[in-house]
Amino acid sequence: MKAFFSALLKSPSGLAGFVLLSLFIAIAIFAPMAGLVSPIRGDLMARLSPPTWTGPFSPGAHPLGTDEVGRDILSRIVNGSRLTLLLATTAVVLGGIVGTLLGIIAGFYGGIVDRILMRLVDIQLALPLMLLALLVVAALGPSFVNLVIVLALTSWIRYARIIRGQVFALREREFVQSAYAIGASTWRIMLRHILPNVLTPALVVATLELARIIIMDAALSFLGLGVQPPNPSWGRMLADGRVYISTAWWIVTFPGLAILLTVLSVNLLGDWLRDHFDPKMRTSR
Amino acid sequence: MSALLELKHLTVEFHTRAGVLHAVNDLSYSLAAGETLGIVGESGSGKSVHALAMVGLIPSPPGRIVSGEVLFNGRNLIGMPERQLRDIRGKEIGFVFQDPMTSLNPVLTVGRQIMEPLRRHLKLSQNAARKRAVELLDLVGIVDPDRRLDQFPHEFSGGMRQRVMIAIGISCEPKLLIADEATTALDVTVQAQILELVRDLKRKIGTTVIWITHDMGVVAGLADTVQVMYGGRIMERGPVSAIFRDPRSAYTWGLLRSLPGKITAPGQRLYQIPGSPPNMVHPPAGDPFAPRNSFATDRCRTEVPPLRQVDGGAAGHQVAAWYDLRSAIANQGAQS
Repeated sequence: MKAFFSALLKSPSGLAGFVLLSLFIAIAIFAPMAGLVSPIRGDLMARLSPPTWTGPFSPGAHPLGTDEVGRDILSRIVNGSRLTLLLATTAVVLGGIVGTLLGIIAGFYGGIVDRILMRLVDIQLALPLMLLALLVVAALGPSFVNLVIVLALTSWIRYARIIRGQVFALREREFVQSAYAIGASTWRIMLRHILPNVLTPALVVATLELARIIIMDAALSFLGLGVQPPNPSWGRMLADGRVYISTAWWIVTFPGLAILLTVLSVNLLGDWLRDHFDPKMRTSR
Repeated sequence: MSALLELKHLTVEFHTRAGVLHAVNDLSYSLAAGETLGIVGESGSGKSVHALAMVGLIPSPPGRIVSGEVLFNGRNLIGMPERQLRDIRGKEIGFVFQDPMTSLNPVLTVGRQIMEPLRRHLKLSQNAARKRAVELLDLVGIVDPDRRLDQFPHEFSGGMRQRVMIAIGISCEPKLLIADEATTALDVTVQAQILELVRDLKRKIGTTVIWITHDMGVVAGLADTVQVMYGGRIMERGPVSAIFRDPRSAYTWGLLRSLPGKITAPGQRLYQIPGSPPNMVHPPAGDPFAPRNSFATDRCRTEVPPLRQVDGGAAGHQVAAWYDLRSAIANQGAQS
């Protein structure tokens, strides 16, 4: 753990990503204790008030202004991050586990197993992911669990394809035969010998996927199929605010910035993690 | 001495696109406990394949064990359920493979890889396995083993990695250690060190060893018995001194002549066996070496010679040949 942080301190971009993401997560966790105004209740007297720091015309304490029904933007962003981050990480973890395991199985066994799994991937890639997500959410209803499942469903194929290719090369390496020669079973070889070798690519895919899923979640909310109102979600804030973009720019700008910074921090941290977990990039202790 | 390992008529095929490849043909031999057997042969002679086939390590398909028995400690390994074979591999039969650069998993620490068979087979606790791993690394001559355990394979040199592979191979004190070209990828100095290590380990733990190589020199220094293989068959077999002083197979004779040293004078070109190894999809009908053998008789080309005791040879010196090498060489000398 100590080595982890001392290594992190040496990388400015990794550190920036780590600090930003920790900040967002901390904000999401401690939001209810921050004493913010309700993200749901609007104050019609103060509707469309600009951020306090922009001029004298904003009554009350709305640091980032209010939206068209007078709800506090800051409170909505902070509260929205709770759902967004929880949704995105759950979907990434779920999609990652399923995709990685199926990728290892396809790559290691090859043959018919591989062909079936990869055709499944091809079929899914042929469909626009957004359309698939829309269909499933529309059919099953936009609950949290359904959203996680849908987002994971659009995600596993990316892991499976990349991992399968890696495993194809790995299974021919001599250490696999060595593992058989010390009496390891096929499952043990897949999980204890192959899996550690593909964790790095899986991690890279995961960071890309986390960013993509946050955006996709926002897009689904934007289309009205994500988190349902009146619960705040970044995507829906963008959707609702776009009408006012010429008169009240703060309604879309701040949720947009929140999405941008979250995705950026995840990507920065992911890049660094990839280098960190590559044993060849590590210096000897 | 009782036989630790006995092969009876082992035949292994590979089903390839070009046809059926006859990798190992009707191979029989036995190995006494404590013996060191050196198996020599060129690529494709079946020397590695038969060793892997014994413990069910050839991929199937395309590989297939057509017939035969492999009695290890009285139990037949061929046809044994995979679950039981797994308990034998790494515990009773240890392996050391050719390329130490790729035989270790690059993302796992060396310690974890040494500890794996200890935990799997001997059911040692994490701490006990670690202690034993330190002992093992020390035994194979790695300095500062405790620190080394937490390093990754890329932090080790080639020779060190092969020492680690040997440590893994002997970790559960197997009755039989099979080293498949274990020194081929190493430079000569390191090779000598590894051979010394193996001799030393044999003295300490008394393991039976099968040393598979294409290097006659390695065999001379290590083995009790030499077995020369060609085309998936044994061409000649016997005590090391008999094979080197009194070869009876034209193939063994060819291999020995191609070594620099006694037979070749300084400045003279090294001898080379003419032709190339047989295509084992369409093996020669008789003696597999006959097409490259200037002493081959008509019978050699049509009928497979059985392995028989050499007339007037040392005890246990066997050869598979229809011709008599000594008189054949004498005749050829007289003609030219």
